[in-house]
Amino acid sequence: MKRLLAALSLALFAAAAAAQDIAPDALIKRISDEVIDIIKSDKDIKAGNQEKINALVEAKVLPHFNFNRMTALAVGRGWPKANAAQKKALEDEFRTLLVHTYSGALSTYKNEVIEFKPLRMATGDTDVTVRTQVKRPGNQPVSIDYSMEKTPSGWKVYDVVVAGVSLVTNYRDTFNAEIRDGGVDGLIKALASKNRSLEPQAGAKPK
Amino acid sequence: MLRFLLGLLLLGALGGVAGCATTGGNPDDPLEGYNRAMFRFNDGVDKAVIKPVAQGYKAVMPEFARTGVSNFFANLGDLWIGVNNILQGKLGEGASDFGRFALNSTVGVLGLFDVASNAGLDKHNEDFGQTLGRWGVGSGAYVVLPILGPSTVRDGISLFAVDWHGDPLWHVGNVPTRNELYGVRAVDTRANLLDASRLAEEAALDQYAYVRSAYLQQRRSLVYDGNPPREPGPAEGPASAEPEKQRP
Repeated sequence: MKRLLAALSLALFAAAAAAQDIAPDALIKRISDEVIDIIKSDKDIKAGNQEKINALVEAKVLPHFNFNRMTALAVGRGWPKANAAQKKALEDEFRTLLVHTYSGALSTYKNEVIEFKPLRMATGDTDVTVRTQVKRPGNQPVSIDYSMEKTPSGWKVYDVVVAGVSLVTNYRDTFNAEIRDGGVDGLIKALASKNRSLEPQAGAKPK
Repeated sequence: MLRFLLGLLLLGALGGVAGCATTGGNPDDPLEGYNRAMFRFNDGVDKAVIKPVAQGYKAVMPEFARTGVSNFFANLGDLWIGVNNILQGKLGEGASDFGRFALNSTVGVLGLFDVASNAGLDKHNEDFGQTLGRWGVGSGAYVVLPILGPSTVRDGISLFAVDWHGDPLWHVGNVPTRNELYGVRAVDTRANLLDASRLAEEAALDQYAYVRSAYLQQRRSLVYDGNPPREPGPAEGPASAEPEKQRP
């Protein structure tokens, strides 16, 4: 187990180092290709093995997300009211919720093809949108857009917009209401209890 | 008849709550009190009837058959989508939609196979609510319709007054056949949404607000065909420390 962790953190480090000077659309393409290759060849993941999916997401996907910025966007005008410890707690809980909710979707992968639209980016831009279309034979294509910003450690995703719906700002109404009713701590509590309710029960839930 | 009843229900519900003040505070949702009640009602009907039927349908029908059913209704829908594209001045897209219908109705065996997509004619998503939006009509208040779910004043009126008549099924002369087709289409639509609705249940702290936000965002994106202008708000500013500007 320790060796696995060491290998994972090494892979993570290598991924972060390699990500520094790669273009944003190339980065998304590389991550998707890697993840799809692994899903295709791993029967456990296809069968919905949550532990393995989580390990994959932790290693390959999460290093390229800026959860601090995502949380700030989702919380919106309540963010400046939170102190450092509250911000950290919000970020951790929100990260857990997003990862738990959306990583499960990986096991439903079925030969979808990801097409990249030409990237509109001028030299010196530090904030771009990478536009993709996911096509599955016989289905209407679904657009998935990644909002990305340039950081010292490479390009990071701070929002994902699926079919026009931002996974981040979609929470803003709810978060505002929670903060209005129970303060920042009320929101942290609500997120924590939501996350607890999503923890796997003894019997796996039906797909 | 069903439409008439739904219309009456909607009017009654709107009239009944018009006087109540609501506390949600979302400027897009002045009818939140009524809307939340209708959302709960719809959720109850869904859990009791519609979702189990859709799950049964998905369990019984092999995937290729379900795809065929979805394709059949999607193909009929392309005609009205084409009309709306032309109304929005997008002649190329409109021509493509009619081309899809011609190709899928013939080579695609009455629409059971979506050969047009493979031929490079992408499926579009248009309706009269989007056409009005394109023409500059604002969406108005958010409204949860009985059974049909999330909508807005603009999209709801468009649906009842215009889209319904542009729907080929509406023109099926034999009423029992027509109603059967409506039923199958409804089950097919719900079955295709099973994964999405499970996701929303897991992801949301408050399902009502989550669905409302997703609906409004998606409609806005559809009106601009996937390229909506950025909304003023914290999304544009630096990561933190910027107070949210009120949307107009």
